[in-house]
This record gives sequence, structure tokens and C-alpha cells, in this order.
Amino acid sequence: MFLQINQINKEYTNNKVVNIVLDNVSAAVEEGEFISILGPSGCGKSTLLSMVAGLVKPSSGTILLDSVPITKPGQDRGMVFQQAALFPWLNVEENVMFPYKKEMKKEEAIEKARHYLQMVQLSNYGKHYPHELSGGMQQRVAIARAFAMDPKVLLMDEPFGALDEQTRTRMHGELERIWLETKKTVLFVTHSISESIKLSERIIVMGTRPGRIIADIPVKLPRPRRFDAPETIELEKRINQLLKEEIDKVVKEELSYAENR
Amino acid sequence: MQKIGKQFIFFIVLVIAWEFIVRAGGWTPDVMPKPTDVWEAMKRGFVDKTLLYDLRASFTRLFIGLAISLALGTALGIILAKSKTADDTLGALILALQSVPSIVWLPLAIMWFGLNEKAVIFIVVLGGTLVMTINMRMGIKNVPPLYIRAAETMGSKGIDQFIRVILPASVPYAVTGMRLAWAFAWRALMAAEILSTGPGLGYTLKYASDFGDMSLVIAVMILIGVIGSIVDLIFFQRIERNVMKRWGLDMN
Repeated sequence: MFLQINQINKEYTNNKVVNIVLDNVSAAVEEGEFISILGPSGCGKSTLLSMVAGLVKPSSGTILLDSVPITKPGQDRGMVFQQAALFPWLNVEENVMFPYKKEMKKEEAIEKARHYLQMVQLSNYGKHYPHELSGGMQQRVAIARAFAMDPKVLLMDEPFGALDEQTRTRMHGELERIWLETKKTVLFVTHSISESIKLSERIIVMGTRPGRIIADIPVKLPRPRRFDAPETIELEKRINQLLKEEIDKVVKEELSYAENR
Repeated sequence: MQKIGKQFIFFIVLVIAWEFIVRAGGWTPDVMPKPTDVWEAMKRGFVDKTLLYDLRASFTRLFIGLAISLALGTALGIILAKSKTADDTLGALILALQSVPSIVWLPLAIMWFGLNEKAVIFIVVLGGTLVMTINMRMGIKNVPPLYIRAAETMGSKGIDQFIRVILPASVPYAVTGMRLAWAFAWRALMAAEILSTGPGLGYTLKYASDFGDMSLVIAVMILIGVIGSIVDLIFFQRIERNVMKRWGLDMN
């Protein structure tokens, strides 16, 4: 198996209360898969992704990439955050070159940056600075930067969460096209059911309190996927049902907490 | 009306009012000079080149002092931001020293260096270093955590991360630190010059005062104020604005 997540637990203690963020989470990912991790807020989906990135350590359990345990961040895993996280003092090209600049000649590095900027259709913006770009364009630069490292896995943490509806829809199309071209392994964290159905080959649905996997659903719909196709609506209903119980649980807990104050 | 137009009219009115009030009050120039007296004194100072030598001497000291304090402040700021122990100990001392005007060090400085350039430069360095240190420390402490996470996922850590991410990310604070360091250093320089030897703007002010030449005193005061605000407005505020914009901190 390409990426193996083995019995991950994560808990932290706050005022002597033990909070379980992730409870015995296991999953396996094949090379070239596009997998969404879907769940309500607080289910630990972003924490799980940060563990694959090596930014957060699990309390117990292991994650193997190509049979090598993950202990720290590395260039074999590229990450795209909700905010573009571009460095404002570098122009677009320099931002894309950031991870690999030292490994090759300057001309080569620029050539490579241009190639990936072309992939996200920003070839004309290489010399611009991040503050001159819209949110959607900045996120495209971040995607180009992650792809330019040529990672084994691309980790995306609600990458379109901060964008407006129209931009997000366009970005879905772009990402789908890029994925079909490159067949990169992608782990995509989201709380949007329609987003996960639109993009992924498989949806891992997570429940909350404690965070755990409650379903693993393959999506076998033809691309490009239409949001109004009967199969899409059917699948959306099914996942909605799964998540409804989880969200009800959270609401109930929050209400009782509010009452007991 | 344009801002610059309003300002121009304001200053014209101010000078005219000053002239008339002093004339009406009948004060002599050794008590309260008129703008015309001040203008004459200023002209005299530039014609006989006293004020030119003063400006050159003052700026030489300022640049040496400011350069040392920026380098020192940057280094100290980095140390405080990176070492908790240094921050708890040295950091507390620096905060305490910050509330002591640097000019009170002059008696000691004169004992150590003598009544000369070095003593004045020492006061200027003290004036600028502390505020630069405090800002540099803040800049490094306030680097957005997202930048660091992003850098780590791109394989940048340790020294490489410090040079390529943390230092550039702290530039907006460093620029504010430089601007404040200049302002503090400029004030410290004037105070130190008044109490030490010439040439220098502060020294000429003291010299004029000893001879009761209040017109020249005010001329020097105006020169100090004009230079201070020109450097601040034209140089530092402009840099600060550009940096804020580029770094995405511009609130507009």
C-alpha cells in the first residue's frame, strides 16, 4: 500500500480533562488516488492531514509513506492550506521556486516555475507580487508551488474554503483537470459534501467526539461530474444522513454544556 | 482644499501672527525674537558656514551612532526572540533601560570616553539601540505561524528557514524599529551636543544661548524640527508604507 495510516490515536489534556481528537483511525491509500476526508468541524480531519504532513505527532500509531514512517515534514509531501501561505516578499515565480531553488541552476528553476504556473494558467503573473493577486489566483500559485516540489502525496486542507462560490467552482474544475493530467495522489480535507463528490475517487467520512472514520465510500461516477445528476444527488443524501447524526450529537452536547454553565 | 495647501496657509498665518504679536508686545530680540530676526540669524549662520559645519558634524555622529544601534538592535532583538532565558533576563533589563532617557548616561560617558565625539555617539547609540531591539524582537515573535508551517512542509528548517522566512517576515517591524530608532537617536544627539563640545547643531544652540542670541537659538530649533520631520516623512514613512503594502499589512 502506498500510504498507510495505522491505528492513529491523538489526545491532549486540558485542565485535567482528556480530549480525544482521533480514536483509532486507520486507512490505506493507493498511488494516484484522489481521496477526500469529509467531516464536521472538530472531527480531527485537519489534524490527521497535519500528521501525514509531519507537522503534528500522533499520540500512538504510525503513518507509512512508501513503507517509510513519517516523523517530520518533508518535500515528499506537499501541502496546500486554506490560506495560500505565499511569502509576500517574493514574487509569484520566486514563491513557486522556494522549495527547490537551491537544488538546480537558476535558469532551470525559473523554467520549472513557469511550467507549473502555466499548469494553473498564471503564466503571465510570474513577476507579480502576492498582494496584487485575487484570493483564487493566490491559491492557484500555492497549488503550483506544491506541485513543483513533485511530492509523492499532495495534502490539501480545505484549500478553497476561503474563496467565494464562483471562484470555488472554477477551482474545482481546474483541480480536476490538473489531477487527471498528473494522476498525483491527493488527500483533500473538506467539510463540503458536494465538493468531495465532485472531486474524489473515494470519500472517507469522519465522525466527531471522538474523531473516527465512520464510512469509506468509493465514488465511481463519470467525470466531469454534474451536481444535478441523479447519482450525485443520491450519494449526497446518503452522506448527509451519515453526517446528520454526528452534527446532532455535537449540537446536543453544546446545548447541555451551555445549560450546565 | 489640498492638505499641502492648508498646511502652507497655516504656517504663513502662524509666522505673520508671531511677527505682529512680538512687535505689538515690544519685546527685544534677546527675549523674544521676531521671525525676521530669526531669518537674519539663519542667513548669517549659513553665509558664514557655521550652520553648514554644524549640520555636517551632527549628521556624521548621527549616521555612525544610528548604524551601530541598528546593527546592535537587530542582533539583540534576534537573541531575545530566540532565547527564552535571554528574554527573561536581558529583555527585562532592556525594557527598564528604555524608560531611562539616554542623555542621563552622559556624565558616565564623559568619564569613560572624555568630552568628545565618542561620548556623544555613545548617547546616540543608547538612544537608538533599545527601541530597535524591542521592535526586532516583536517582529520575529510575530511571524505568522502559517509561514513557518508552510516553510516546514517545503523542507525548509533551521538556519535556512530563519534566513529565508523568519527574517524577511519580520521586515515590517524592523522598518518601524528603524524609524523610531532614528527619532530617538536624533533627540539624543541634540541633547548630547548641547552638553558637550562642537561643532554641531546642539552645540551652536548652547553657544548662542551663552551669548544671549535668541534669534540663533530659535533658528537652530527650527532647523532641528525641519530636518527631523523631513527625514521622517520623506524617508521613513514612505519606506514603511511601501513595506506594509507589499507585506499585505496595509489596512486600506
